[in-house]
This record gives sequence, structure tokens and C-alpha cells, in this order.
Amino acid sequence: MMASDALTGGFADAPTEAARAFRAAMNAMAFPGRIQPITGGQGPAPLSPAAATLLLTLCDPETPLYLAGAHDTQAVRDWVTFHTGAPLVGASEAMFAVGGWEALQPVSAFAIGTSDYPDRAATLIVESAALEQAGSTLTGPGIKETATFSLPEPEVFAANAARFPLGWDAYFTCGDRLAALPRSTKVS
Amino acid sequence: MTTQTAEATQSAYNFAYLDEQTKRMIRRAILKGLAVPGYQVPFASREMPMPYGWGTGGVQVSAATLTPEDCFKVIDQGADDTTNAVSIRKFFERTAQVETTTHTAEATVIQTRHRIPEEPLREDQVLVYQVPIPEPLRFLEPSEVETRKMHALEEYGLMHVKLYEDIARHGAISTAYAYPVKVEGRYVMDPSPIPKFDNPKLEMAAIQLFGAGREQRIYALPPYTQVVSLDFEDHPFDPSKAEHPCDLCGAEDSYLDEVITDDAGSRMFVCSDTDYCLARRDAGHEGAQGARG
Repeated sequence: MMASDALTGGFADAPTEAARAFRAAMNAMAFPGRIQPITGGQGPAPLSPAAATLLLTLCDPETPLYLAGAHDTQAVRDWVTFHTGAPLVGASEAMFAVGGWEALQPVSAFAIGTSDYPDRAATLIVESAALEQAGSTLTGPGIKETATFSLPEPEVFAANAARFPLGWDAYFTCGDRLAALPRSTKVS
Repeated sequence: MTTQTAEATQSAYNFAYLDEQTKRMIRRAILKGLAVPGYQVPFASREMPMPYGWGTGGVQVSAATLTPEDCFKVIDQGADDTTNAVSIRKFFERTAQVETTTHTAEATVIQTRHRIPEEPLREDQVLVYQVPIPEPLRFLEPSEVETRKMHALEEYGLMHVKLYEDIARHGAISTAYAYPVKVEGRYVMDPSPIPKFDNPKLEMAAIQLFGAGREQRIYALPPYTQVVSLDFEDHPFDPSKAEHPCDLCGAEDSYLDEVITDDAGSRMFVCSDTDYCLARRDAGHEGAQGARG
């Protein structure tokens, strides 16, 4: 039996709210490490509003989704299935994955694309306790000189960037804010 | 348009014309394009209510990008007032109810065919290109299987041979538009048929998205991405333009169109960016034939 709160928390006006949410997600990916506000969706705990909004904006029956660790609850499963229809799969088949950084380990399980099709790589949505414009130094496309951002394990992201154009891409979500780190960003 | 028909239009179409699942598919392609700058992401291009070659790729990317708060500008070869630009602007006025403008500085999303505006763009602006042939190697290698392998292996020798043959035959690289570039030292990319004069502007503060509808490809350049026009040490890249100031506004730094004015060989050179030219004339600049009525 599906809990009734699985039916709430979607976009009130999907076309316009998804458009605004996508602009935030696109700006985050285009300006790596820059924290953006994103609102519109509200999922069951422990899903943050930012992660819930990302799922509503990007996921549908064509995008296999992996719920990691504490995010793999019946309530989240019901909510995701009702609102997006995304098939729930294991890490290696996932186009999107959501969970805490610890729960997403080992990240080597995620698709990194192929040399012919580097776009066939996973997007990780890393639920974070805090997002700060401090910590690791970032350089690369989308960054004028350097940026700084709080990464959970900088060396893992540096290794992910080293195999560019292969690699997964990551969003970091906390409350109603998000930031992104594409594989093209060099971490030091 | 009366209020009544405007409301009818509004309820007859989804916001920005495309259905939500199509927009999600395009949005996912845009994000992967931004993550791998210069790589052409395949996408399931839709039929649009305009023929291929009229900007169906750009229109789909704009539809997936526009928000109700955006101010939209469309240029075709630099001009806001050509048929294609006017009809695409009207299309989104009707289906997305967005504000539109001809002023580069006021626009937040600019769809363009074959030009980059003269005025430098900002971080809060998005430039969407209409692309006919996204594959820079296509005229050298017709097979998609082969060109995909060439990109995977970073095998771009053929492109350098082509540029070298230009020099051997003409004494200079004769490619004047759609001049190939290398993105972040990895992918060779077709910047769409912009004049090579615009190539240095590809390194900019705005997000650049490229949509090829018929060829079903989307690619992207995040802000400040390194974009290098291919050349040789002894034949460096030259972003040339007509050696002439604009006859209307006197600008010496803008890309010019040559306009034939009679059948006796008279001609004039005018800015291809109409908004740039108009703004300069409004500010009091005047070229050789620039008397304003």
C-alpha cells in the first residue's frame, strides 16, 4: 500500500517549475563548484528538496535510478516511482544515483561512458551535510581562474577528472541548494 | 493579438511548445554536453513546425532552456529583422509567452544563426547556436562510424592535412567560416558556420549551446572554456574581416556585410550585427554613408 505522502511534493506547475529548476541545474554544471538555489520539489526524508527537484527535472521512465543506502526506503521508492516512473536499478546500470557520499561507495561501480559515447555516463546526486565555497581548488571549463568548493574526497574527484573525457559527473545537494562538479573539472 | 486569442494559444500549447518528456531528454543531453565540452551528444530530435535547415536544433535547445522570466533575442546572420529570426521570436512569444528584445544587453537567451553578437556577453546570458552540420570531419570522412572513432582516438590528422592542402594550393588557409577549433585540447569542434572573425569570441563568459536538429546532435561550451582555432606555427590563425569601416556607423571593429547597391558596381559595407550598428548610430557615430533621416 502506497503512503499518501508519495503523491505529494511534485511540481505544482511542471513546465515552468521544471524550466526554472533546469536553469539552476545547468548553471551549476556550467559553473563548477558555484552554489545555486533550486526549489520546486519536496520528497520524503532523507531526500533533500534540492535532490527531489533534480529528480523531478531530469528523471523519467528512460532513466534508470539507483537509490543508495539510507535513501533506499519504501517511502522514497514510492515517491520516485509515482512522480518520475524511473526504473530502480543497481549502481552499475544507473544513469542517475542519489545518496550520501559514503552510501554511494564504491563509485567505481558507476558507468563512466565509452570512448565512442562518453555521454553514456552516470550522474551522481550526492546528498551533503553542508556546501561551502571553500576547500578544494577547482580549475577547468566554466571557471574563469579558480574556484573553491567543499568536496568529500578530493583525490577521488581528481582521479575521475584524470580519465576525461570518460568519468561520471556529480551534483551536490543540501537543503534547497546545489552545486556540480563535471568530470572536466581539475581538482587540486 | 487579442487577449482572447492569446489565452487560447497559451492553453493550446505546453510551455515552450515541447512536451515535458522531450524537454527532459534534451536537458539531459545539454548537461552531458557541458560536462564534456566539444563532444557531440546524440539526442532524439523532434519534428518541429518548421523545416530542417531553419533552426530546428536551436529551437529545441531554446525550448528546453527558456524560463518564463527570460528575455529572448534571435539573430540570423547578425540581423534581428530577417524572416527566420522574426518567426522564431514570434514562435516563442506565442508558445512560451517570454519577453523578446532586439538589444543584446537586455537578452538572457539569444538564439543565433551564423554569428556571435559584437557586444561581449555576460555570465547570466545563454547563447544558442543553430547548427547545420555538427561534425567538423564530415566533409573529409562521410562515415559516422569512422568520424566517431576518430574523435574517440583523438585522430585529427586529416583535418590538419586539409588545412595544409589549403596553404599548398592557395598560399593561406582558405576556410573563412565554420573554421574548426580544438576545445580544451581534446575535441575538434565545428563552431557552426560563424565567420572565422567570430572564433576568438568563442572564449566568453556566457554558456554556449549548439543544436543540430536534422543531424540530432547537441554540444556545448561552458563559460571560459579554452577554444583554439586550428593553425600552423608558420601560418597562424587570422580572424580577418573586410578592410573597411562600417558605412553606416563607422565601426572598425565589427564584422561587415558587403551590400551591392546598384548595377554599376557600387557597394557599401555595413555591420552584420544590426543591433550593434543601430546602437552606435543612436549614440551619434556616423559612417561615410550613414546620414539618418
